[in-house]
Amino acid sequence: MYSHLLSEFTVQRMDDRCIRCQVCERQCPNEVHEYDKELDRMFTYEEKCVGCQRCVVMCPAKALFVRSHPSEYRMNASWTRDKFQNLKKQAETGGVVLTGSGNDKPYRIYWDHMVLNASQVTNPSIDPLREPMELKTFIGRKPDTLKINMDGDVPKVESELHPNITLKSPVLFSAMSYGAISYRAYKSLAMAAKEFGVMFNTGEGGLPVEMRKDYASNAIVQCASGRFGVDQDYLNSAAMIEIKIGQGAKPGIGGHLPGEKVAQHVAQTRMIPQGTDALSPAPQHDIYSIEDLSMLIYALKEATNYEKPVSVKIAAVHNVAAIASGIVRAGADVVAIDGIRGGTGAAPLATRDNVGIPLELALASVDRRLREEGIRSKCSILAAGGFRCSADVLKAIALGADAVYIGTAALVAMGCTLCQKCYTGKCAWGICTQNPYLVKRLNPEITSQRLVNLLKAWSHELKEMLGGMGINAIESIRGNREHLRGISLEEWELNVLGVKGAGE
Amino acid sequence: MNGLNMKFGWRDNFMDGLRPVRELENFSEINGVRAEIDAQGLKHKELNDLLFHLVKKGAREISIKNVFGQRYIGSRIFLPDAQDKVKIDVYNFPGNDLGVFLGGHYINVHGNAQDGVGNTMDSGQIVVHGRAGDVAAMSMRGGKVFIRDNVGYRTAIHMKEYKDKVPVLVIGGTAQDFFGEYMAGGKVILLGLNLKKDEYHKAHYIGTGMHGGVIYLRGNVEEHQLGKEVGVRQLDDSDWEVVTKYVKEYCGHFDVSEQEILAGKFQKLLPVSSRPYGNIYAY
Repeated sequence: MYSHLLSEFTVQRMDDRCIRCQVCERQCPNEVHEYDKELDRMFTYEEKCVGCQRCVVMCPAKALFVRSHPSEYRMNASWTRDKFQNLKKQAETGGVVLTGSGNDKPYRIYWDHMVLNASQVTNPSIDPLREPMELKTFIGRKPDTLKINMDGDVPKVESELHPNITLKSPVLFSAMSYGAISYRAYKSLAMAAKEFGVMFNTGEGGLPVEMRKDYASNAIVQCASGRFGVDQDYLNSAAMIEIKIGQGAKPGIGGHLPGEKVAQHVAQTRMIPQGTDALSPAPQHDIYSIEDLSMLIYALKEATNYEKPVSVKIAAVHNVAAIASGIVRAGADVVAIDGIRGGTGAAPLATRDNVGIPLELALASVDRRLREEGIRSKCSILAAGGFRCSADVLKAIALGADAVYIGTAALVAMGCTLCQKCYTGKCAWGICTQNPYLVKRLNPEITSQRLVNLLKAWSHELKEMLGGMGINAIESIRGNREHLRGISLEEWELNVLGVKGAGE
Repeated sequence: MNGLNMKFGWRDNFMDGLRPVRELENFSEINGVRAEIDAQGLKHKELNDLLFHLVKKGAREISIKNVFGQRYIGSRIFLPDAQDKVKIDVYNFPGNDLGVFLGGHYINVHGNAQDGVGNTMDSGQIVVHGRAGDVAAMSMRGGKVFIRDNVGYRTAIHMKEYKDKVPVLVIGGTAQDFFGEYMAGGKVILLGLNLKKDEYHKAHYIGTGMHGGVIYLRGNVEEHQLGKEVGVRQLDDSDWEVVTKYVKEYCGHFDVSEQEILAGKFQKLLPVSSRPYGNIYAY
């Protein structure tokens, strides 16, 4: 514990409601609550509280409140509370301040500055409850032209088709590795993806062997700088392969899965000794250029007999459009772009909060650049980083995405409250931990259902919004910026996004 | 390729102008389990298509003549039966990523290899009768690689192991910088056979960020050439057992004297911690 630090949260217990059942004590992995039998009294160590709200929702007597601590430093627009606290932590340890989850700084969220269109009088809107509405999405390279020959009455496609994956709805689960998240959380994602007909991404922690038979056909497997758990069976069993170059929460740096989280089964899945740090270097040491990237793309295609699309995931950074063009020219079938609000299990705070650019701008400029170069059809674009609702998804598709990855939203559906302590391995919700006592809090049968419900609800909302625009297929809105208008945006922002201002 | 609306044009070095396997069959001869390929003029993918085609037709001992820079040799061969192995003899100069993701097969290179030999290799064996380029045995997780002469930069980066699945890399010559960087497991033996008496190994930053595995280094290295996560130890009996075993195998492949090699000065490089970066953070 640190000295000289204000507590972040205060825990208030209404003693007339508390029945001394000690549920809060058992539920809190941070040891905030303690029962003293002799005094028959609950004690509270609020300086340890991370604000995850687990005890509050679990308290059967509704006797607890956790809120921001009322103590304040003197108001200072420059020296905000978190700047203070982090500096003090560093003064005490000399360490790099770690954090989890996505960027919480008030960078402009462009989704909240764009509005969608709807039909009025001049063309009819469509009611998705009564009329067919297509959300099916294909991810992968498309042919430049489609040549169809009639064999008698039967049409036959003559053009060479590239491997694609099929999604029932344009929403996928973003890369979260086994090791970073618990087995039960990981399996919940796999089960939900399979049931709903979408994909989950294994992250770079490998795919446990016993899950391959049932879930590999809905898995996007990653090949990242640590190359954990990468073998021919892993690659060949998957639906798609993703080369991870960067992550929105921490562009340009690698990852350290701390040794405490490398439990026996995690070690086996990653094929590293138990208890050692799983270090993912910042670069992939066989990729120092676009040519080298091309070499790995084709190595993966070779290893899978050219049967799988290969995706390359990058963080949204300043020259993202030119980089994406290089990636497509290097042979990638999919470009995944992760924006500055993308989540993480652990990242240095300085990087998470200050490196990268918002997804919306990156996505719009990549889509435009690829269209200008005439190579947009050679790849699909997956957008990731900070999707909170179905309207964000639809706006992203209108800006040029083929589908979106959701990470944080999926975690929230499983129980996460964004306390940002993923890196401590003490997740009270059993998601981002390998502690067997905490992991048991998730039941994949139930959790996967929550995820399926989320996908179902969003898909329905997508249909409603599409119907309102008089559009009956998701592919008709892809890159269709005419259906977007900007609100309170500067000229340059409208230009980058390629949308008109509202009223125009 | 129709070039519709292409601003800068589109050229795919890898995929354009490939011939179908039935045309490529002229480049090969198959006789039971033995087969031969003349790789002259074959593109990367064509050679691997043909190789895999011959394996599917039953060939298990394949020799490839006139290889000239073709990449990824051997990595396509993924056979459902884990015991079913293929032996490939490569003559002259294979290209990058020889045996990348290799799953259990044997590759014998009669000449020099380029970058990425045994990259992320899973099992099997690669023997190079010559030198190898950069990133040899990167992220290797099983099997054995023997290189007769030198290797380039970033060799054995991020090699790993799990229980009894331990990769082995034996290098006859010396290595360039970043040798064994980020190593998480595996056994690497660097023999320095072509160094002059009292000449130091070439590599700097040996074992930087190393957090598992072991490097046995024969010959001289100065302290400043080692990464700060590396500790130097003397070999104990079990180390000598390992070194003797793999030196013997090395000598078997390249016909050199075992006694002479084992008479040299060996030292053992170990990571000082399995968690080198455990305490650089403020929680």
